[in-house]
Amino acid sequence: MNVDLDCRGLLCPLPVIKLAKALPTVAIGDTVTVLADDPAAATDIPAWCRMRSQDLLSADENRYVIRRVS
Amino acid sequence: MLLSAVDSGWADPVRLHHEGRTARLLLDNARAVLADAVGVRPDELFLTTSGTAAIHAGLTAVTAARRRVGTAVVHSAVEHSAVLHTAGDAGVEVGVDMVGRVDLDVFGEAVRAPGVAVAALQSANHEVGTRQPIEAAAEVCGDVPLFVDAAASIGHDAVPTGWSVLTASAHKWGGPAGVGLLAVRKGTRIAPTWPMDEREDGLSPGFPDIPNTLAAAAALQTRLAEAAELNKNHHAWIDELRQRVAAGIPDVEVVGDPEDRLPHVLTFSCLYVDGEALVTALDAKGFSVSSGSACTSSTLRPSHVLAAMGVLTHGNVRISLGRTTTYDEIDRFCTVLPGIVRRIRAEVGM
Repeated sequence: MNVDLDCRGLLCPLPVIKLAKALPTVAIGDTVTVLADDPAAATDIPAWCRMRSQDLLSADENRYVIRRVS
Repeated sequence: MLLSAVDSGWADPVRLHHEGRTARLLLDNARAVLADAVGVRPDELFLTTSGTAAIHAGLTAVTAARRRVGTAVVHSAVEHSAVLHTAGDAGVEVGVDMVGRVDLDVFGEAVRAPGVAVAALQSANHEVGTRQPIEAAAEVCGDVPLFVDAAASIGHDAVPTGWSVLTASAHKWGGPAGVGLLAVRKGTRIAPTWPMDEREDGLSPGFPDIPNTLAAAAALQTRLAEAAELNKNHHAWIDELRQRVAAGIPDVEVVGDPEDRLPHVLTFSCLYVDGEALVTALDAKGFSVSSGSACTSSTLRPSHVLAAMGVLTHGNVRISLGRTTTYDEIDRFCTVLPGIVRRIRAEVGM
């Protein structure tokens, strides 16, 4: 299962905050797809995944797929 | 110092009248002091109108002199924006690790590629404090000139060796704005690509600011006389800040090399915190800090240094200690910061 999170137009840290709130709502193994066009998201979403030990499956143009692992 | 220099050093140092000769004497004295501090001969040191102007002129002139070999400018991804702007489309970027340091093997490989005019590597990073391995980089550069932007470290750290060109900025050691240093080792070919006049061998056109140059030299002498004690204190205080910030606040990323670094600079990022709100709250408590967060920049882009390191860019705070900073201020900062971060996080439900 996947939950989409449209953060286009939002500036950091808002996309990361929304991701942090959304990820616990999906089951372990499921994914959240974040759409974010703030340039800071390109660094901050991967950094959040590293700090929180969650899986960043892909980071394409403005589209980030994160799998909950814990 | 500055005021008396305005009275006695106002004249044009290239003129032969009495006032001109006095101005020339003051300029020569200032140049001798500044050259000694960066480890070059006075005739290897050129004075510019800022550290940025020194980078623009120095890097451009060295690159142009090597045009028969090539035009590429190899540089680390965390150089000052003045280096990145000068390199422009000719830039070949070498990435850094998570503490902000280049991999020498990768750097060397990029420098040895065909068509490289010059290699640029900062002495230490101006945002995160991490030192770069300048002496080792100079060895891997071989015949390719090494350009070192030392603005962050002159006055705060030992001057590296092995470079062909080095730049610095007086305001970074407590001197006035508007004085930059451009040191060019004998034997390094330079070719200015702009209209040249008789000043500073054509590297910095226009009437020189002798009073401010004297003030810059006096400030550097003062800073170096205090350096042993100041740098020891600053190094220890940044150590303490690193530990107390990390221990006192959950989800904070303290970045940069904890040991091999400048003594006086620290950067950290707080998860879920708006950088602008953090800087404003700290300002209200009497702390003037900088930030690499996108929301604090006019371009709304995060610091290219933090992005290159792959570390968190929002909620970012950059601290620089000065000669008047006291331990009490360090202690008070560590005391008030956790509450500020907690309040900003609570406002967004985190």
